[in-house]
Amino acid sequence: MYAFDVTRPKTVAEAVAALAGDEAQALGGGQTLIPTLKQRLASPATLVSLTAIDEMKGVCADGGTLTIGGGTTHATVAAEASAYPALAALAANIGDPAVRSRGTIGGSLANNDPSACYPSAALASGATIVTNNREIAADDYFQGLFTTALNEGEIITAVKFPVPEKANYQKFVQPASRFSLVGVFVAKYADGVRVAVTGASENGVFRWTEAEAALSANFSADAVEGLTASADGLINDLHGDAEYRAHLIKVMTKRAVAAAK
Amino acid sequence: MTKVTMTVNGKSVSGEVEGRTLLVDFLRDAQRLTGTHVGCDTSQCGACTVHVDGLQVKSCTMFALEADGATVTTIEGMGNADGTMSALQASFQEHHGLQCGFCTPGMIMAASSLLKVNPKPTEAEIRHHLEGNICRCTGYHNIVKAIMAASGQDVSAIAAE
Repeated sequence: MYAFDVTRPKTVAEAVAALAGDEAQALGGGQTLIPTLKQRLASPATLVSLTAIDEMKGVCADGGTLTIGGGTTHATVAAEASAYPALAALAANIGDPAVRSRGTIGGSLANNDPSACYPSAALASGATIVTNNREIAADDYFQGLFTTALNEGEIITAVKFPVPEKANYQKFVQPASRFSLVGVFVAKYADGVRVAVTGASENGVFRWTEAEAALSANFSADAVEGLTASADGLINDLHGDAEYRAHLIKVMTKRAVAAAK
Repeated sequence: MTKVTMTVNGKSVSGEVEGRTLLVDFLRDAQRLTGTHVGCDTSQCGACTVHVDGLQVKSCTMFALEADGATVTTIEGMGNADGTMSALQASFQEHHGLQCGFCTPGMIMAASSLLKVNPKPTEAEIRHHLEGNICRCTGYHNIVKAIMAASGQDVSAIAAE
């Protein structure tokens, strides 16, 4: 790693001020950023650790909305998001236990790795990404590979999830890395079904709108049987070609619908 | 350089660290607690697993500065107060849960973290919990067996392989 300073502000306001500095970079749980720094793929002058900011931590259910602080770890979401069981289950299967002790929902969403789990939950739930100065709808937030609507120095302070009637996340893992080769999050709301796919696209998480229409009319695995997910723009690598991933999208969607509760 | 203070295995320790000093380097180089191993240095193998404020973390993927004020437990803090092995450690010995031993400190830290929240885990739960700890000798079988035995469960049904 190149040399850098680490600061640990106690409040969001202090963190925002620190991030205004030259070459400053936010550090969440560090489970992606620290390996990146070791490879010298990033060279910040200052890392602003968000782990000491208590106001950004915690899970709170209130009137059909589950609000999770941006600095909340995957382990805490797994343990405390019982109001949204599919989300708790997703968090319980990210990485491994040590990664879940440190990694945070805000860090995952800010990084927007095309194989990360959380972006699919946020997009399928129509979640709201709350930052230090605005609220961003998930549909506007995800803008491509490792790209989001966040501005320089903007911090995800919380994520608001409308709790669905039923939901489920199915992940087909790449057996060595355990990252999702394809992950599908299905969420059924009173006004329709949303289906978000991670791991598959060269542009990151996306909604499978044909499946959403079919499932909104008939919420059963059979409803997507006649559909074919397009292989256009899907990731083509040694772990699976685009057609294989397209096939997995349908299989994982069907499994998620069958398991949704 | 910045001063950090933390409680390691019940003892308050301090030291001067750089921003980029990893917790594992602080433990091994400054505290000379070399039981915590660096296997891959890429957050995959789990040999560097320690407990920070009771939670299992990979100490190669956390900065020492982030542990300022924290309570840290390493493999050196896992034995009984009289210097004998804990039940979990003894079970690894009894059931041959190690060959070269390089991954063992991380395995013990991960397993103890599991048993704290799940005192009687199933074999599947143990294997799921060990996803972030890689052993290149044993094939995991005897590690799983050792952990089950340490939790007081009958392991005679788990065939020797």
